[in-house]
Amino acid sequence: MSAILPPSERMWWNQPIDKLEFIWIAIALVWSLVMFAMMIWWHIYGNQNLANETYKTTKEMYAAKAQAVVDQYTVRTGDDTEKQFPIVKPPAGSDIYLIGRLWDWWPIYELEQGKTYKLHLSTMDYMHGFSLQPQNINIQVHPNYDHVIKITPNQAGTYSIVCNEYCGIGHHTMVGRMYVKKGGE
Amino acid sequence: MATTYRICPRSGLQFNSDAEKLMRWHAVAGVLSLLVGGIMALGVILTRWPAVKLLEADTFYMVLTAHGLNMLIFWIIFFEMAVLLFASSTLLRCRLAMPRLAWFSFWLMAIGAVMTNIAVFQGESSVMFTSYVPMMAKPHFYLGIILFAVGALLTCFIFLGTLVVAKSEKTYEGSVPLVTFGALTACIIAIFTIASGAIILIPTLLWSLGYIREIDSLMYRTVWWALGHSSQQVNVSAHVAIWYAIAAIVFGAKPMSEKVSRTAYFLYILFLQLASAHHILSDPGLGSEWKVVNTSYFMYFAVFASMIHGMTVPGAIEQAQRLKGYNKGLFEWLRKAPWGNPAFSSMFLSLVGFGFLGGISGVMMGAEQLNMLIHNTIYVPGHFHATVVIGTTLAFMGLTYFLVPVLFKRELLFPGYAKIFPYLFGLSMYMVALVMMGAGTLGVARRHWDMSFAGAPMAYEWPGAAYLMMGLTGIFGTIACVSGGLWILQIVFSLLFGKKLEEGEKLSMPIPLTLPAPTPGGAAHPPATPGTMVLALIFLTAFILYYFVNWKYLSSLWGMA
Repeated sequence: MSAILPPSERMWWNQPIDKLEFIWIAIALVWSLVMFAMMIWWHIYGNQNLANETYKTTKEMYAAKAQAVVDQYTVRTGDDTEKQFPIVKPPAGSDIYLIGRLWDWWPIYELEQGKTYKLHLSTMDYMHGFSLQPQNINIQVHPNYDHVIKITPNQAGTYSIVCNEYCGIGHHTMVGRMYVKKGGE
Repeated sequence: MATTYRICPRSGLQFNSDAEKLMRWHAVAGVLSLLVGGIMALGVILTRWPAVKLLEADTFYMVLTAHGLNMLIFWIIFFEMAVLLFASSTLLRCRLAMPRLAWFSFWLMAIGAVMTNIAVFQGESSVMFTSYVPMMAKPHFYLGIILFAVGALLTCFIFLGTLVVAKSEKTYEGSVPLVTFGALTACIIAIFTIASGAIILIPTLLWSLGYIREIDSLMYRTVWWALGHSSQQVNVSAHVAIWYAIAAIVFGAKPMSEKVSRTAYFLYILFLQLASAHHILSDPGLGSEWKVVNTSYFMYFAVFASMIHGMTVPGAIEQAQRLKGYNKGLFEWLRKAPWGNPAFSSMFLSLVGFGFLGGISGVMMGAEQLNMLIHNTIYVPGHFHATVVIGTTLAFMGLTYFLVPVLFKRELLFPGYAKIFPYLFGLSMYMVALVMMGAGTLGVARRHWDMSFAGAPMAYEWPGAAYLMMGLTGIFGTIACVSGGLWILQIVFSLLFGKKLEEGEKLSMPIPLTLPAPTPGGAAHPPATPGTMVLALIFLTAFILYYFVNWKYLSSLWGMA
């Protein structure tokens, strides 16, 4: 009988499974396990894993830390196309704090290719989305959480940070910037 | 008024009068929500089409909020409640448990849907379907969703009560039909889903009223997605049940193996809910171990289950067709299928689109690290338009063609349109999903009014291909909206003006279902299904290739640890 009627065999559990159906089940199971293993394998051997390091913070505390880095390492003030934001060039290995707020990413960092930095992400109001283009790295950014990600830019260039979490009427104007320079430039 | 039963002369199904009336009202409320959501869809698509850019930013975000809510919550859940009533009272041929309560819950849902829509169109609750804190909507926005959810929850219990009625009044023999089993799976997941929604939305309502000072944004996302994603798993269970139902109705197809199909459903119950993790893979504050275990539905056991259904549904059709003599080669069974029957063509396009476009993309972006490539890009709506529109909505629309004569007792008007509709709507949605995923792969953001960043000094210039794909999204999205709108008109006109059909015999007592005695010497060995196996292997090849291409792409990015 069909699928909209009760099974015709009362003891349907004992019916043998069709051979091709069984082969497909085996293939599907193996593929499922391969995909599961792939994520673990990448944690061990891959170079792109999202960090787990996160701290509870407050907006004031986080803003103060960002300000301290900006005060210490600002090399110049941006022009009008850079919203006159501070351009900050911290030494390799340092903690850099990026602030998401309505509707800016502040400040602008200048990093060196091949060097590692500890990028901190948090917001001052709503949630925002850190979307680094044209790399296409996308990370959710929360208020009151300080997310610490070790990044190693592998290519010099001008990068944009698009906000990709809806944050109100000016959402589409929320674009920030990051520069990556070759060593010695 | 005592409840009565009728046997539909066209399908042989037996309808209980209480349940039948409720199903009709739920289906109509669902289609009305679809109408509102569809009009909103047109607004969304015509704004995101860079050359058109129809709406202003504030209107766009309001329309987008209304689109998400009416489609993902109201249309689908109203229709699913009708499916639950059908799978219990009709398929088990019994009376409905607590019909008065069922009406009460229907009206709760209806009032909730209207209330939330009012809140959205008043313009101060443009917080998107997800209503992430700390962005605040008006209290009646949350209250409407809560009322709707409570109504749906009560209907879930009425479904369970009806199963008890059928069992104790012995209206069927043996086990419940597979389709009812699938509906039961959907119901169990729905209860989990709705409870999660209540756990997060009730405090959020109190916050919006000023009684709670703060809702943690990470807690909100973690719990909210147990509503937001798991409710989509209700859809999966429901539309897979409908695939089996349509295969049974159109071909008389019998499941290849009751054991396999039911076990696959059982895996859904155990593991599907874990998928709310998909949305928080790129969030801080949750450990990788938690992410890996949850995003993979433990060890991809729910994907495994879907891959099984993906083979056993066409496999059951192939067996039924081969028994009818369509035995030539690998694919005669498929070539000779009734491609002009909209119930079948919708179901088949739903199955293929759900697997190839929705399934593969969903698993790819659900891998913990790969998620960083697509989180919050327009790839995500590309994926879920393949699952929810092509998978769920198209299956529901196909079933509706069957329900017009059977449940509503009306002759379908414009049958010529019914023949082409699944292709017109289904294939244009295939294209919408594909080009959205393409634009998302290039990074284009979802929920974004203007990809040219008008007014932003540091504007980013998307590659030309991204503009091309957003333009194509506009073109194919418009075709889908218009053909979907015509479908709504066709159904509404048929219900209002279609020729009334014979009702069938009225009975005061249900006729229990008796099964024919098992054939002596056991059932004949069913034919093998090589055609389905070939299709399944093509699917697997596409899956593996696409999966690893994305790891390759990931490996080219900045180092992150």
